[in-house]
Amino acid sequence: MKFLKELATAPPTAWFGMIVILVYVIVAVFADIIAPFSETEVVGDLYLEWDQTYWLGTDQLGRDVLSRLIYGARNTVGIALATTILSFLLGGTLGLIAATLGGWIDQILSRIVDVIMAIPQLIFALLLLTVFAGRAPDINLGFTSIAGASLTLILVIAFLDSTRVYRLARAVAMNIVVMDFVEAAKLRGEGLGWIIRKELLPNSMAPLVAEFGLRFCFVFLLIAGLSFLGLGVQPPTADWGSMVKESATLISYGDITPLIPAGAIALLTVAVNFVVDWMLHRSSGLKD
Amino acid sequence: MTDTNANGQSGDILLQMRGIKIDGMADDVWNPIIKGIDLNLHRGEVLGLIGESGAGKSTLGLAAMGYARDGCRITEGSILFDGIELSTASDEAKRKLRGSRIAYVAQSAAASFNPAHKLIDQYSETPIHHDVLDQETARKDAVELYEKLRLPNPSEIGFRYPHQVSGGQLQRAMTAMAMSCRPDLIVFDEPTTALDVTTQIEVLDAIRNIVRQFNTAAIYITHDLAVVAQMADRIMVLRYGELVEEAVTEDMLSDPKEDYTKSLWAVRSFQKPQKPLAGPEETSVIRIENVTAGYTSGDMVLHNVAFDIHRKRTVAVVGESGSGKSTTARCITGLLAPKEGRILSNGEELPADYRQRSKDQLRQCQMIYQMADTALNPRQRIRDIIGRPLEFYLGLTGAKKRERVRELLSQIELEPDEYIDRFPGELSGGQKQRISIARALAAEPEFIICDEVTSALDQIVAEGILKLLFRLQEELNLSYMFITHDLATVRSIADEVVVMLQGRVVEQGPKDQMFTPPHHEYTDLLLSSVPEMDPEWLTKLLEDREKNKPGIELAGN
Amino acid sequence: MPKQAMYKRGDDNGMWPILKMVTQRLALGVVTLFVVSVLIFSSVEFLPGDIATEILGQAATPETVAQFRKDVGLDKPPVERYFSWLAGIAQGDFGKSLANQRPISELISSRLWNTLFLASMAALIAVPLAVLFGVLAALYRGSFLDRSINVMTLTTISFPEFFVAYILIMIFAVNLGVFPSISNIGPETPFWDRVYRSVLPSLTLTLVVMAHMMRMTRAAIINLLASPYIEMARLKGITRSQIIIKHALPNALAPIINVIALNMAFLVVGVVLVEVVFVYPGLGQLLVDSVAKRDITVVQASSLIFAGTYVLLNLLADVLSILTNPRLLHPR
Repeated sequence: MKFLKELATAPPTAWFGMIVILVYVIVAVFADIIAPFSETEVVGDLYLEWDQTYWLGTDQLGRDVLSRLIYGARNTVGIALATTILSFLLGGTLGLIAATLGGWIDQILSRIVDVIMAIPQLIFALLLLTVFAGRAPDINLGFTSIAGASLTLILVIAFLDSTRVYRLARAVAMNIVVMDFVEAAKLRGEGLGWIIRKELLPNSMAPLVAEFGLRFCFVFLLIAGLSFLGLGVQPPTADWGSMVKESATLISYGDITPLIPAGAIALLTVAVNFVVDWMLHRSSGLKD
Repeated sequence: MTDTNANGQSGDILLQMRGIKIDGMADDVWNPIIKGIDLNLHRGEVLGLIGESGAGKSTLGLAAMGYARDGCRITEGSILFDGIELSTASDEAKRKLRGSRIAYVAQSAAASFNPAHKLIDQYSETPIHHDVLDQETARKDAVELYEKLRLPNPSEIGFRYPHQVSGGQLQRAMTAMAMSCRPDLIVFDEPTTALDVTTQIEVLDAIRNIVRQFNTAAIYITHDLAVVAQMADRIMVLRYGELVEEAVTEDMLSDPKEDYTKSLWAVRSFQKPQKPLAGPEETSVIRIENVTAGYTSGDMVLHNVAFDIHRKRTVAVVGESGSGKSTTARCITGLLAPKEGRILSNGEELPADYRQRSKDQLRQCQMIYQMADTALNPRQRIRDIIGRPLEFYLGLTGAKKRERVRELLSQIELEPDEYIDRFPGELSGGQKQRISIARALAAEPEFIICDEVTSALDQIVAEGILKLLFRLQEELNLSYMFITHDLATVRSIADEVVVMLQGRVVEQGPKDQMFTPPHHEYTDLLLSSVPEMDPEWLTKLLEDREKNKPGIELAGN
Repeated sequence: MPKQAMYKRGDDNGMWPILKMVTQRLALGVVTLFVVSVLIFSSVEFLPGDIATEILGQAATPETVAQFRKDVGLDKPPVERYFSWLAGIAQGDFGKSLANQRPISELISSRLWNTLFLASMAALIAVPLAVLFGVLAALYRGSFLDRSINVMTLTTISFPEFFVAYILIMIFAVNLGVFPSISNIGPETPFWDRVYRSVLPSLTLTLVVMAHMMRMTRAAIINLLASPYIEMARLKGITRSQIIIKHALPNALAPIINVIALNMAFLVVGVVLVEVVFVYPGLGQLLVDSVAKRDITVVQASSLIFAGTYVLLNLLADVLSILTNPRLLHPR
């Protein structure tokens, strides 16, 4: 009820963001139904113009661009989402543990994170992707399968990005750990698990949820960037970053095809950022 | 500048506020903070504004300058300052008044001085800006005022940066700064709240002198009754943005009319009978044995601290901030392992680190905190807060646990049905503190540390808590360690008193002895520095001190 | 706190705390650089399998492999190789490319210059604009200007670099035809021609980095304006312009410098993608090509340069913010 009330006061930018996110989710979930052709099927000649059958034409192998765009929603967003969740599980857990235990565990974890963060993320990602390229097997999760290259990508980026989650989770938890109720729980003799689950987590959800949005955007853009460089998601998986790369040359002829997947990426990040901005604004009580 | 001299006020009245209403923004809606208050101030008069936090004192004080903080707005009312209507005056007109004719002294001097400039430059800024003095005269003037305010080294102190000067000195330097244009009115916003009691005396004295000397009118905002009794000619009591009562100080103290005022004024009536010292053969519940302790970096905070707490006794530990009271508590609970010495419970040594202590050892020693707000997890219901120790220590579950929680709630005088499912946010301050007590009791301990448990509460609520604690002590054979700086609390509940200074115990003994002189000179200084309700208290105290010239000079003043 | 601090005053006077802090920070920087170099070097050691076989292909005879290992120095223990690698770098020798056996320093030198040129050009446009608009947005908080800046920066932050790049190409290269879409420059290219060809890539970088910088500047200034001493100045009746010049500015220096240095670090990394889009012959392009070719030694060398610059800029940010902090400038 309270949530609905706050929803009603959301600014237009936040509404715009929420609607866009909803549309993306629907497209990603029902890609099979919505897409006119399959993800990898060669349906016609190369580089066909936009027409009634191929609304956005065909690509360099003669695949339907619109269909690939639709499947791309599932792949690109799915990979970024999986990465962000993994990064939060890893970084969040470690950050909360470091804040609660303090002492040498906190020192060691924090120094490791400092070192990893001393290397720019994109550069480190390139380095690790070179090293681990082609090492991960394709896996099948039953409901979906992940190509080896995508798996490597997810693991590498989740690992690198978890450092930032660690810092935030630790900082947020540090503010709560100093509260007397946590001290009371420690003095009662409660274990680490209880303190994290019952005392820290319920009180740190708001900033962590907002951060999830921001990290998602960041990861999403990083993966798109890597795919654009040809070092992220690998063919034949339909992916927006790779689609931009594959059609990049067309731009010189005034064809806006490469701008469409790029715009799809931009639109989603804008949408998420608008929603997060509203959430942060609200939780900070107008103080900016 | 439109309403200048609209109705030709007599020169006697300096400030006249009528029907002031101020709104504040919270959760995207405007809520009233001040709900229609009238205020009159004569030239040279000191008006005390008193009330709990949230009463709207500061907001009203700032409104006297025609100023509203971001997120606040003055919605109604007139503010007539010496014939100028501030509510309709232009920003430029108000700016010209501020600093030159109405000045402000803030609560935190450390934050209110700009760290980038020297004190004397911040002093001279106002008179130069308002074209009252040139730089050279302003500087000379500053030194003169620093001297009047008894700042050490008046000719040099101004050339220091704010962070190079102690809190008490900074507060006096800010008073000097407010005086720089010899304004007609100064608004003092809790100027001594952040200071220790012994430092507070000197700042109060300095402020009072200078205001009298220049016949400046002042609005003195505070929550401390004893302080306002020393400073103000007249007192206004505020609550929830409304005026409760207004009277001349003497009348207000001797004959308050409203119930709320009476409750504020009520000298603590509750006094528990003092128990005799425990016999030498009796094992103490908690013994602190020559404890020396410090944090990882830096010097020791505690030096050779030793005292005992016996069954059914209350030991009050008093001292100023930094004296080591709370550190002592941390050593007892095992949060800080002593470098030397040990903690014994019933003659048995406790492991220095709480993580090494057994569940039963942990259960025996419970803690009640000063801020009930941070002591209770805001995301847990009362049933879980009190139920957890029952489950954890005593293994109670299901119906048995529920029954026991209800029992505990009745014991702390809260209706179980009404409160058991609430969140802490849905309780008042006093109720929250009661829940903290219930949580401690749930563990069935024999010893409880009470860390300033009443200092965040109103007088009357605090008294209820003290009574409750005393009753529980009698019923359950509890021992208390009471950390406090409030002598009224010590008088009402302690059996024995321990006085601490800079990490050492300076004196200890039974309460009646501690309240009869003579003492260690620090004990004297500390005990005498706590303001009392008598309006003549400060004057008398200063006269006394002048006569006896105490040999102890506290660092930092 | 004041009490104890007063007692300790005598002890700390021996050494200026600000010098001590700067020295400590510099030492930490050196340690970080060292650890980063170890990390970059050893990442290759984690490679399962063997580089030599990888480079030469499965068909290579054991003799060729052994000969190759000896040539490249792979037969020595890792620690020894690390230190000789480091010693080489100290003298400007990064070793040889695995792909074509050319000395890496030769590959890098002109490209590094190009990259620095591009980054500086972007910084020259971005820094003044970002600081100006960031400060304006903070001063006129809640105004139309502030709100439009907020929406604009939020939007640009959300754009992938290549999206911005292609839009600029679409407008300025394809439709208007004023700037080239490909920045083919060489060592012979004259200065102004070089500038002309670098306009689009540096504009892309500017847009990307400016949004961050503006938002951070705005946040820093707003934080500053909320401090009690600013309210005090207002209550002293000081004019608005004087408050900003005398009270806000001296304290704003540290956070603004910090924001600039941090964003320069972002910018150096952002260069990679932009160079690829515009086929700009810089270090980023080299890095990406080498990753594709799995030319590990070149990847290591260019990663080290990027990471080193990043570490140094962060170090600079920290040192400058220590040096401009008034509380530290005037020790007790």
